[in-house]
Parts: sequence; C-alpha cells; structure tokens
Amino acid sequence: MCLAIPVRVEALTDNDNALVDIGGVKKEISVALVEDVQVGDFVIMHVGYALNKVDPEEAEKTLALFAELGAAE
Amino acid sequence: MKYVDEYRDGRLAGHIAEKIRLEARPEQQYAFMEFCGGHTHAIFRYGIPDLLPDNVKMIHGPGCPVCVLPVPRIDAAIELAVVHKVILCSYGDMMRVPGSDRRSLLKAKADGADIRMVYSCADALGIAQDNPEREVVFFAIGFETTTPPTALVIRQARQQGVKNFSVFCNHVLTPSAISTILESPEVRDMGIVPLKGFIGPAHVSTVIGSQPYEYFAEEYQKPVVIAGFEPLDVLQAILMLIRQVNEGRAEVENEFVRAVTKDGNMKAKSLVADIFELRPEFEWRGLGLVPYSGLRIKKEYGFYDAENRFSLIASTGRDHKACECPSILRGVKTPKDCKLFGKGCTPENPVGSCMVSSEGACAAYYSYGRHQQALNNQKG
Ligand code: SF4
Repeated sequence: MCLAIPVRVEALTDNDNALVDIGGVKKEISVALVEDVQVGDFVIMHVGYALNKVDPEEAEKTLALFAELGAAE
Repeated sequence: MKYVDEYRDGRLAGHIAEKIRLEARPEQQYAFMEFCGGHTHAIFRYGIPDLLPDNVKMIHGPGCPVCVLPVPRIDAAIELAVVHKVILCSYGDMMRVPGSDRRSLLKAKADGADIRMVYSCADALGIAQDNPEREVVFFAIGFETTTPPTALVIRQARQQGVKNFSVFCNHVLTPSAISTILESPEVRDMGIVPLKGFIGPAHVSTVIGSQPYEYFAEEYQKPVVIAGFEPLDVLQAILMLIRQVNEGRAEVENEFVRAVTKDGNMKAKSLVADIFELRPEFEWRGLGLVPYSGLRIKKEYGFYDAENRFSLIASTGRDHKACECPSILRGVKTPKDCKLFGKGCTPENPVGSCMVSSEGACAAYYSYGRHQQALNNQKG
C-alpha cells in the first residue's frame, strides 16, 4: 500500500482537489497537503493524496548521473 | 509514464550493476537493510538480487505497515465491527491480515460485519456523511505517508460537524523503528545481522525529509541513502552505500532528490503535529513495545478517537506459533527459514502478515521467486 506514483496535474478543482493524469487515466485527488500546486506540476500520489512535488530539474540531474555511469564504461 | 519509465531502463541498470561489481571489494561483506516494503517489493519485482555480487546482500526491514501491526490491534478492529456494529472502513491491504485464530476483517465481513474497503480516508468520511444514523470508523494504519491524509480528514470532520465519524489510529513512525533495529542485540552485540547501512524510504522521506536520518548516521555510524522506488534508484543507492563503506564514511545521502528535500513537506508535517501526539509506547509485530513509535489523536480532537468513543477489550492474541514474521521483520531470518512458507502459508491463504501485502517479504519472495523460476525454466 506504500506504492505511490508520480502523476501530472491537469486542472485544479474545488476543495483543494486536482484532476490528474495517471498514464492516460484521469482521476481526482486531493492536493491539500502540498503548498502551491500548479497545473503541469508532477506530484507523488499516495492513497488519493499528493504528498509532494517532483522537481523536474533534480529529476534530470539524476538521469544524467545514470547516463554518465553508462558512458564511463 | 514520465518519471517512471526512465528509471526502469534495463541497459542503464546493467551499467550500474557493473559499477557495483567493480567497486565492491571482494574481501568486504556488504549487508544493507532496505527499511521500506516498497523497496522490498521493487527489489524482487526487478530481480535486483540477481544483479548483485555474492558479497552484497539486502536485508528486508520492517517498513510494511500491514506487516508490523500486531494481532491485538487487528482483533480490536474486528471487535469494532462485530461487537460495536460500526461501519469499519479499511485500506484493502488490511483485509486479509490474520488476527487471533486466523480471523481477519475479510472473514468477519463474510460473517456479516459491515466492513468496507476504501481507497482513501476521504472515502471513509464520505461514508459517514451518507450514513448519519450509523457510527463509521476509519481503521488508520501506516507510516508517515498515510498520516497526513488521516490528519486532514479528522480536521475536515470537525469543520463539517460530522458527528458519527471516528478514527482507530495505528500510525507509526519510521525513525523509531530504525532506532529499535540498531539497538537490537542482534545488530549491536551478536553480529547476527551484520548491517552496514540503510536504504532510506522514498515516500516517507518526501514527507519527513532527509534530516531525521542524520542521527543514525552520526550516532550509529551507519550510512543512509534515501532512494526512489524504481530499479535504477535502488541500484544507484546500493552503489552509493558501497562507496560510503569503502571510504569509511557514514552520511545521509539522497538519491531521490527529485522528490525529497532536507526538511520534507512542512505543510503536511505541521498538520500532523496539530492533530496527533506521540504515544509513550506502541506495540509492533517483531519489534515488541517500542517507545515513542506511534501516534494518537490529541485530546483536543479526542471526540474523533475511536479508542475514546468505544470501550475496546485488550486482546492478548498472539501470532501463529510457527510464523517467523517477527524474526523476518527484524532482519534475523528470511522467508525461506519458515516451515510454512509456500506450504501452509500462501498469499491466497496467509498465516502471517508478511504474506499478505505485496510489500511483505514473504509475499515478495513467493510471487517473484516463482516468477523467476518460471522464467529460468523457459530459458533452460
Ligand atoms: S511464510 Fe507465512 S507463516 Fe511463515 S513467516 Fe511468512 S507469513 Fe509467517
């Protein structure tokens, strides 16, 4: 039950909720626990709640690090 | 899916695994605990043990909320539904966990109790609003990831004046469990668990941040690397741990920088602090009574505490005698050490909690062990 996934915020709706895209499926979740969520943000979703935002720059850096490891061979 | 698929690239996984083989010193033994059940699941699902050299071993930790909830708390939940006749709302994973005499929420439901599976605690509050003449209790379990949603729903119940809703609170804290493992005789004195470092939880850390682990690194001289749940994240974290061991460092490093900051989610943390307080102690399966390891609802919100609202009889139920879950949760044994594994105990008919959730070590061994074997047979 701890499995949680990054989802994209498609629209902000009433009561601190948001419509998100989960690999093509739309779902309404709560974004009440996260400060300043905007359309286009990726958030980590868990039991119907966003827990935090994904930082796109840091995500790129981690991927670059993996790729570097590969290139060093 | 973005932020998922890129972190599952098989070619890159091979490269990181190659680095691990190059950098792991043959004369050194590396045993790392992945605290969190989500990592246990990922490790088996992606066959990570097969990619590691023999001297790099993963020990499975107690970070599966379903696995660590002790029998008396499951009995109490069943009692709420059966004796107090409430509508009991539970996360799906809890439904099949055996309590005393192998009774579970699912069996109680089959016997007529009104037990409903919910995806989120907001659904439980909704059920209370739809059934004003009934008492509705949310069976709250989990680590720091599920606690903020429960806190929010308690606050909403009060704001909206919902009177027939309460929470049976079983929320537990990751850092206290890690301390208990590090303090355990198996790790400290006996050397039965030769723990060299930890993979820190992914989503728990998005909430609590990386700061709480600094204590373990300093006090116990154990490196901690916080990692995401995808296979490349886990492999990279293992490589980072190996480097720390090789260089004699014990630091907190963060592989999951894309979602974890030093302080975590302040908004969620302050909400939790508003609604909950520490219990002096809480019982865990496998770890026993752990001081300051669980949360209860503060007096101010006591109206929403099911333990106040209903008088529950303290159950003395114990685990099945042959079940090794308690030792497995402490990293002392593995599922293969259990006589019942795959025989009396399967995911369809679990004897112990570790066979129920897909994050439990027994269930992960069972599902992916078989899967692996089938693949090998095909190849052969
Ligand atoms: S296989 Fe079943 S009985 Fe054995 S330790 Fe695991 S959960 Fe317990």
